[in-house]
Amino acid sequence: MSTPSADAVVVDGLVMRYGDTMALDGLSLAVATGSITAILGPNGAGKTTTVETCEGYRRPQAGTVRVLGLDPVPQHAALMARIGVMLQAGGSWGTVRADEMLGHIARLHADPLDVRFLIDRLGLDSCGRTFYRRLSGGQQQRLGLAMAIVGRPELVFLDEPTAGLDPQARRATWELLDELRSSGVTIVLTTHYMDEAERLADLVHVVDDGRVIASGSPAALTASGAKNTIRFEAVPGLDTANLLAALPPGFKVTEPGPGAYLVEGTIDAHALAAVTAWCATNDVMPRGLAVEDQTLEDVFIKLTGRGLRA
Amino acid sequence: MTFAPSPGAAPLQKMVLAQAGMETRLLLRNGEQVLLALVIPIIVLVGGAASGGVIDLGSGRRIDVLTPGVLALAILSTAFNSLAIATGFERRYGVLKRLGATPLPRSGLLAGKVLAVCAIEALQIVVIGTVALALSWQPDAGVVATGWSLLLVIGGTAAFASWGLLIAGTLRAEATLAASNLIYVLLVTGGAVVVPLSDYPAAVQPFVQALPSGALAEGLRGVLNGSGFPAVELLVLAAWAAAGSVICSRVFRWE
Repeated sequence: MSTPSADAVVVDGLVMRYGDTMALDGLSLAVATGSITAILGPNGAGKTTTVETCEGYRRPQAGTVRVLGLDPVPQHAALMARIGVMLQAGGSWGTVRADEMLGHIARLHADPLDVRFLIDRLGLDSCGRTFYRRLSGGQQQRLGLAMAIVGRPELVFLDEPTAGLDPQARRATWELLDELRSSGVTIVLTTHYMDEAERLADLVHVVDDGRVIASGSPAALTASGAKNTIRFEAVPGLDTANLLAALPPGFKVTEPGPGAYLVEGTIDAHALAAVTAWCATNDVMPRGLAVEDQTLEDVFIKLTGRGLRA
Repeated sequence: MTFAPSPGAAPLQKMVLAQAGMETRLLLRNGEQVLLALVIPIIVLVGGAASGGVIDLGSGRRIDVLTPGVLALAILSTAFNSLAIATGFERRYGVLKRLGATPLPRSGLLAGKVLAVCAIEALQIVVIGTVALALSWQPDAGVVATGWSLLLVIGGTAAFASWGLLIAGTLRAEATLAASNLIYVLLVTGGAVVVPLSDYPAAVQPFVQALPSGALAEGLRGVLNGSGFPAVELLVLAAWAAAGSVICSRVFRWE
């Protein structure tokens, strides 16, 4: 675990209410400097409220928020010079061109990235002389990302950075975020895509109903109490009890359909070797053999009893 | 290491100039705004000068009475309508929110807006003044009269801008558009902008004189035709500006 001084963001016991709605109910989380940290949760879980409080848009009703050691509301000016922000939507004049808008944000910073370079890197040259209001959703989204990083921040908050992007643009965005991390930029992103969190994040905070219900690396989250599976197909009617006996304790072997076999338990290399060795001994060819890990979505369903996109 | 962090704010004056430049360009890019800022005042000026007695402008040379009113009309349209409408839509489209997450402080944003309004007003004054001079306008262009005029323009701008921002910061964008245009029409027709105060019934004159439009236009008509220090008018404009600023700073909502 990182020490407090190594954390770029520390949120402790944050409470935010809107009327009768409890948006954040004592939410606590930390973001290690230099990491990509994902705040994962369904719509309405409190992700946007959390990052917008870190960005100084909202004053905590209870609890504390420290970003780069600063209190975002009273120390707003000092913080804004050091972070980059991508809003979930909008944020540009309607009658402004993409390069013009990016150039404007760049001029508000001391040592910005080259606007031309960023335009090319994010494929925004395709926007040409089109005004912002006529850009596609994906182009607007990429411009939002460009505006967040053009000031060369040490920490960026990205609210749903790939929502509405086509698969190709999503992958390009992921590569860019990897590159930002390699350059030493700390990244906090909200997402409701578990594949995005698994692919990108060093640390995932799973948020539901205004609280963090689980935190850890994607590997640790999916491995905790994991029941992975090995599936394979072979001739029907194999002696599953005999296969079970060849495995260490704690496994379950079933034949849910004729010729379809399922080995459940904590699957590691030894368990896999035991299964294939048993097959070789019994002269059985396991076709379509697959080791299946549980996904963050499985973890989320287990934690909350419902799906991520509910 | 292309993206290696190197964070920091630009110097404040550089940020303010960037903001002012951007806002000025955006205002000039908008056709309706240009119509309001230049085309309508010029039509009023040329039409009013040519129309003989259709509009009663009271005593004095027609063009000399007309031009200060047209200047006041131009300032009303820019400092009040253009600013209110632009800011209302900035609020709606999250531009104000987005700029709130940049190093540009709110005071810098306001300064940028003020400079943009002043730049447009300077353009209006040059164009309208040139057309008026071509129509044989003979203003009192001495140092004192010019100084008082400038002070009146600043006071009028502050008064209109504070109330324009107040509307933009509290109503929805469409409501801001409707409300500011309605107020504009009411002030132009009943606020002693083009038609001098002396043409209004005596009973309503004190009220019309207490409007920011009446104060600005009457003040300009006075000083540009050789009268002295426009004390009452400046006081009225200062009072409107102070009240508007105080209320605006309390109720303006950024999102």
